[in-house]
Amino acid sequence: MIDWRNLSADWLDARKLASNPPNLRNAFVIALLAILALLPIYSALTGNYFLVTLFTRILILALAAVSLNLIMGFGGMVSFGHAAYLGIGGYVVGILAKEGINSGFVQWPLALIVSGLFALGVGALCLRTRGVYFIMITLAFAQMVYYVAIGLDRYGGDDGLTINKRSQFIDAVNLSNKTVFYYVCFALLLAVVYLVWRLVNSRFGLVIQGARSNDRRMRAIGFPTFRYKLVCFVIAGVLCGLSGVLLANHTSFISPAMMQWTRSGDLIVMAVLGGMGSVFGPVVGAVAFLLLEEVLSSVTEYSGIILGPMLLGVVLFARGGIDGILKDHSRG
Amino acid sequence: MADALLRIEGLTKRFGGVVASDNVTLDVTAGELHAIIGPNGAGKTTLICQLAGEIAPNTGRIHFGGRDITALPVYARSALGLARSFQITSLFPDFTALDNVALAVQAHAGHSFEFWHDARRDPALRDPARASLERVGLAARADVMVSNLSHGEHRQLELAMALATKPRMLLLDEPMAGLGPEESIRVVKLLRELKSDLTILLIEHDMEAVFALADRISVLVYGRVIATGEPAAIRANAEVRQAYLGEQEAVTVPGAGHG
Ligand SMILES: Nc1ncnc2c1ncn2[C@@H]1O[C@H](COP(=O)(O)OP(=O)(O)OP(=O)(O)O)[C@@H](O)[C@H]1O
Ligand SMILES: [Mg+2]
Repeated sequence: MIDWRNLSADWLDARKLASNPPNLRNAFVIALLAILALLPIYSALTGNYFLVTLFTRILILALAAVSLNLIMGFGGMVSFGHAAYLGIGGYVVGILAKEGINSGFVQWPLALIVSGLFALGVGALCLRTRGVYFIMITLAFAQMVYYVAIGLDRYGGDDGLTINKRSQFIDAVNLSNKTVFYYVCFALLLAVVYLVWRLVNSRFGLVIQGARSNDRRMRAIGFPTFRYKLVCFVIAGVLCGLSGVLLANHTSFISPAMMQWTRSGDLIVMAVLGGMGSVFGPVVGAVAFLLLEEVLSSVTEYSGIILGPMLLGVVLFARGGIDGILKDHSRG
Repeated sequence: MADALLRIEGLTKRFGGVVASDNVTLDVTAGELHAIIGPNGAGKTTLICQLAGEIAPNTGRIHFGGRDITALPVYARSALGLARSFQITSLFPDFTALDNVALAVQAHAGHSFEFWHDARRDPALRDPARASLERVGLAARADVMVSNLSHGEHRQLELAMALATKPRMLLLDEPMAGLGPEESIRVVKLLRELKSDLTILLIEHDMEAVFALADRISVLVYGRVIATGEPAAIRANAEVRQAYLGEQEAVTVPGAGHG
């Protein structure tokens, strides 16, 4: 069983930050945010632009992991098909670009709407099931989208499609500029983390958490839990769709591989590794996972051999993930 | 009877070969405390589950407040003012006691599609929740995680949550199960207070409590109601004595657990 104790999401709780003496956990978050904020400056000074590219990817997938954790960590809905929304968001951008529509004002909203509608359909069916069935059905839907993408010959089929132009906004926001794009991703990640944090502590969020904790009792005290879970599922889908939009713009390329089931697995790993009990945990998890993957893949082809047991260790010995470890050390 | 708040007509529920409810017909009058007694496995919990909407009966109808609720889902019955407690404690273990009750308040405070404001700092939820905890004597434990509360406290919290939904009628499934003598006395006192504002269907093995509290008692054996009447009549009923009260002497040894 997963440890669901740390629900309060107090990583971001300004009240606690103010009233408690600085602790390890808060110090860690602040340090991480500072590093992320200053990274492009460091890159500019050293001329190491690879770092910006790597961390842009990390920010984007962190956003996806945060959105997954909204349903998985807080709602107890373990989706094994979350990468489908990365693909959907990405393909809407890619297809529109191919058809000559480059305006971000069209691409982005449309991508979010399609992601939301897909989540609505999947959720309406999946949320009638529980446990392993839920996991399998979300996976099945994601695989369906994956094969649909392979079948889209006009848009590259199996090989994917290069996007010639990143989404166009006003001149001041030129996404083709790596630094600008990095900061757009960073700002969106922060905005989503803040939004999710507000959400999980709101009335809606408590219903979602209550349904995870004891759905039967929630219904007994008068909550039609299904509709709340469905809305939550859709919100998570839309947020992950946004991540897909960013990913397509980042790589200037879309392909079915964006939504391979292993990617869905990676997102789960990021959330578990970082800590599902807090809103910010998955960001830490994404940074840790993707950096490790990067480092290990430069050493060995089989990074999974090291990553796998590590994850097992986290699940067995540090159930709250990295966040949980930091929290425990912050108490003393 | 015109003033029956809850009316059960010919309710039958089979689990394979077991008939858990056998053509149960019963009226609960507005304002009464109606107790249901019966040996283990008589079908008491199954009856409550059908009234609450968790289990669909094979045949029969349930009317509440003059309305046929047989097909309504659980949450809709709760919205109509039908609240239940669970024989086997069913709470939110990873929340505090106050959070638990506040959720019950929230369920009846309009829809919860509110995404922005901190619900844990909302006096419209917290104040009634605190009052509910106060009522069952748990106020001092409001901020303790449910998983750290004692069994007796869990039972009290069960009641507080049911009360927090501001029901018209309470369905209580053995609220005193596993309580010590002092805690039982407290619950009896509470139920006596609640009796004046609420209609209560009480399932309880503690005969002392049942006969002290009930306006009427129904006896359920093998899913069938074998007698309904005032406590004195039930006590005197030969069939009941034979079917139930006789063997109950042995069952009510203090500390003898059931269910
Ligand atoms: N979901 C189920 N599936 C199959 N049989 C069931 C189910 N629920 C209850 N039963 C059976 O129905 C009968 C009535 O059970 P129920 O739990 O309603 O009894 P009870 O009167 O509440 O007993 P207790 O005093 O022990 O709480 C029992 O024989 C039980 O085994
Ligand atoms: Mg029972």
